[in-house]
Amino acid sequence: MSRLGRTRQARTAEAVARVLTGTVALSVVAVALFIFVYIVYNGIGALDWTFISEVPRDRGREGGILPVIVGTLYVTLTTAALTLPIGVLAGVYLAEYAPRNFTTRAIRLAITNMAGVPSIVYGLFGLAAFVLLAGFGRSIIAAALTLTCMTLPVVITATEEALRQIPQDLRQASLALGATRLRTIYKVVLPAAAPGIITGSILGLARAAGETAPILFTGAVFQMRRLPDGLSSQFMSLPYHIYAQVTSVPGWNRTLVWGTAFVLVAGVSIVSVIAAWWRSVQRRKVKW
Amino acid sequence: MVTPVLVSGDGTLVYNGGPVSATVPAVRDEAIDTTGDARGSFSLAGVSVAYGKDLVIEGVDMHIPPQAVTALIGPSGCGKSTLLRCLNRMNDELGNVHIGGTITLDGQSIMGKAMDPVELRMRVGQVFQRPNPFPMSIYDNVAYGPRTQGVRRRGELDGLVEESLKGAALWEEVKKSLKKHAFELSGGQQQRLCIARALATKPEVILMDEPASALDPISTQQIEDTIAELKSSVTIVIVTHNMQQAARISDRTAFMLRESLEEPAHLVEIGDTKKMFTNPDDERTESYITGRFG
Repeated sequence: MSRLGRTRQARTAEAVARVLTGTVALSVVAVALFIFVYIVYNGIGALDWTFISEVPRDRGREGGILPVIVGTLYVTLTTAALTLPIGVLAGVYLAEYAPRNFTTRAIRLAITNMAGVPSIVYGLFGLAAFVLLAGFGRSIIAAALTLTCMTLPVVITATEEALRQIPQDLRQASLALGATRLRTIYKVVLPAAAPGIITGSILGLARAAGETAPILFTGAVFQMRRLPDGLSSQFMSLPYHIYAQVTSVPGWNRTLVWGTAFVLVAGVSIVSVIAAWWRSVQRRKVKW
Repeated sequence: MVTPVLVSGDGTLVYNGGPVSATVPAVRDEAIDTTGDARGSFSLAGVSVAYGKDLVIEGVDMHIPPQAVTALIGPSGCGKSTLLRCLNRMNDELGNVHIGGTITLDGQSIMGKAMDPVELRMRVGQVFQRPNPFPMSIYDNVAYGPRTQGVRRRGELDGLVEESLKGAALWEEVKKSLKKHAFELSGGQQQRLCIARALATKPEVILMDEPASALDPISTQQIEDTIAELKSSVTIVIVTHNMQQAARISDRTAFMLRESLEEPAHLVEIGDTKKMFTNPDDERTESYITGRFG
């Protein structure tokens, strides 16, 4: 083949590659957009004051989802309160203190494996460990502890990654000024890594807020006439409410169930967008 | 060949059966006896450094006089920076670094348990090669050291910040914008901020590891002027690759050399900068200074 022919062939291949990769990338966006639009289209009709301010009636076919929203917030915030301190401390240990030895490798391996465990297995574990063995019963605290186990690997990894992004120069500068390692971490390294830690953690918590399997056996209930009144209370939850309506209520109200899905997706999206925005503001301020 | 190095019970390095300092003819430094009352003088005797089992510096005897600029020069990899980091124990942070011999600051040993590295670093500040301000305001950068020492009163902090920024010749440029983020400053300003930050703990000594190598000529000039101002109040030890810089700003110059990869680096010669650059005793010093190698 002539040299010219070969060049032309290469150019064609280049164009095909560009179109192919571009199409695939765009189709991902299309799927995401479709899901989002479909939920909004089907769910927006349910949204009114009654929907978010009243308790479900007629097994959820009528009325609102107030206790469902409150239950999800309650469990998710409890999970955050448990996960963040433990996850950040573990991440700090791995990034700042852990020696390169067998124990550290074992810890990392355990974390990777924890991230790979299916959520229904966490549900079973939560039932065995927190509901029965620890004696919490089916409750917000038992569900939050179960979700904590599931979310911890995400928060630990996010923390470790964020800390590793911080240049060694900064630690040196702080140590050279007579700061201890601990002070260096909480005054310089952690604040600088905070945007990364928080964004990563929020993604993990958003995932936890939408999970059904871990709360199925550990505290979520089908119907409650009042709001949860403490950590030992049972609770209703957005993902479980959707699941329960569709599987156990004959003639379930399509609009209300899609409305519930809409509230869940909107809540998670709003928090994620705020986190992303905040991170980009911090990024603009701080560049290495 | 890796030289076998052992650390004996009392913390000194032992190699080939004897203490390291005894195996090499030490370079005598006549200035060693001139210890007076002034704060901020270092004395090094038979100082050796090993990374793991790898001996990298051997048998350094040196006196660093107070309130003067001492320059450490030598080709890359000759252990200048490693030796510098011995003076504020920053080598401790690397782990697996063993230091033998004795180093005293104003007559007090800074080795091992004799000195708390945290306390030492408040007395011996450091400025690094690349400007490394903290991601916070100019004010908070300078106030970091004093706050670490427990200074809380606003007025006292304000005074220290102003004094330190003046010491680093940055005050006039930033006095109206102390709340500004440190990263908004230029590279040269950032480096002077780092000098101010080091000054704020009222150190006796400031170590500088090629402080101007990442800066443009004008910023370099400003840093050198700052050093000249500072030496009346603090001792400065500076590592530099730039021999003109060493000649311009230092009072004493130490020339270090690692003759081959199989041997540890050692101190070839130390003396008054003028003599070192015009009439050095050792021909290796002369070769290096006149640019024949390195």
